[in-house]
Amino acid sequence: MKELSLHILDIVQNAITAQSDLIEVVVDENEKTDTYTITINDNGKGMDEEMIKKVTDPFFTSRTTRKVGVGISLFKQNAEQAGGHFSIDSKIGEGTKVRAVFQLSNIDRPIMGDIAGTMTLLIGANPDIRFIYTHKTGMGDFELDTKQVLEELEGVPISHPDILRSLKELITENLDMIAAKIT
Amino acid sequence: MKIKTLADLKKVKADVQKKIKLREQSENAGNVVQVKVAMATCGIASGAKETMSFIIDELDFRGIDAVITQTGCMGYCYAEPTIEVTLPGKEPVVYGYVDKDKARQIIDEYIVKGELVDGIIPVNYKTIDE
Repeated sequence: MKELSLHILDIVQNAITAQSDLIEVVVDENEKTDTYTITINDNGKGMDEEMIKKVTDPFFTSRTTRKVGVGISLFKQNAEQAGGHFSIDSKIGEGTKVRAVFQLSNIDRPIMGDIAGTMTLLIGANPDIRFIYTHKTGMGDFELDTKQVLEELEGVPISHPDILRSLKELITENLDMIAAKIT
Repeated sequence: MKIKTLADLKKVKADVQKKIKLREQSENAGNVVQVKVAMATCGIASGAKETMSFIIDELDFRGIDAVITQTGCMGYCYAEPTIEVTLPGKEPVVYGYVDKDKARQIIDEYIVKGELVDGIIPVNYKTIDE
């Protein structure tokens, strides 16, 4: 996977499988510490200690359809190759926090890519899940909370293609305003 | 007009409301096509995101009422991106190697005309005994 936004799409699928109804995606670009941090928080069913140890093994998966599970391993590898690190915190019944830290200036840090498209795709396909997407740069913070969007929409489905296109534009415009490093 | 705030979104909302009302009154109401795009690591790495965005936009552009959702890996990683299409009153059909061109062909021939297209993965076939 060449874009960090695809990793986000992938890890959020894990959160959805864990029956979360609140998923937070936080991207923090910090020039001072030279870090690019991606955090994905969910309130799903969580994992025990033993499972947390196993999930970074590409030959572990909870699926029965295939015997490998490379999503988390690839994300971890990408972070470590870009001078960063990777961690998972999880508690049964409370949720999971996945964090990947990249060195911001590292030439091996993949680009973020189409995060606006990724978030709107997730929102459209999972209208019952509350998504909070926060993107922080030195120029400011942007936050999109689907709970607020639903309040504005007053019953119009958030998954309607016109609404999704508008949300994508809203995200793109706002990321532009805080000069987010997307490409 | 550029959408920059949630207040801007409100203007789009009114247009969407009108569209939804029109569709509810049309004859097609209730005949919803279901499309599930496999969106596990294997699907994503093969371009499932582009496939899904394309299907959402293309079906909307053609005015076809559809529910497009995501699903996990069915074990056909070699043939990703895979999609499962369920036409109203029909059995689900799974297609493999669905890039934009294949998706367009599936919409043109299967979803619009009901003619099966090459590239079906026999996931849920039934034998005569069943």
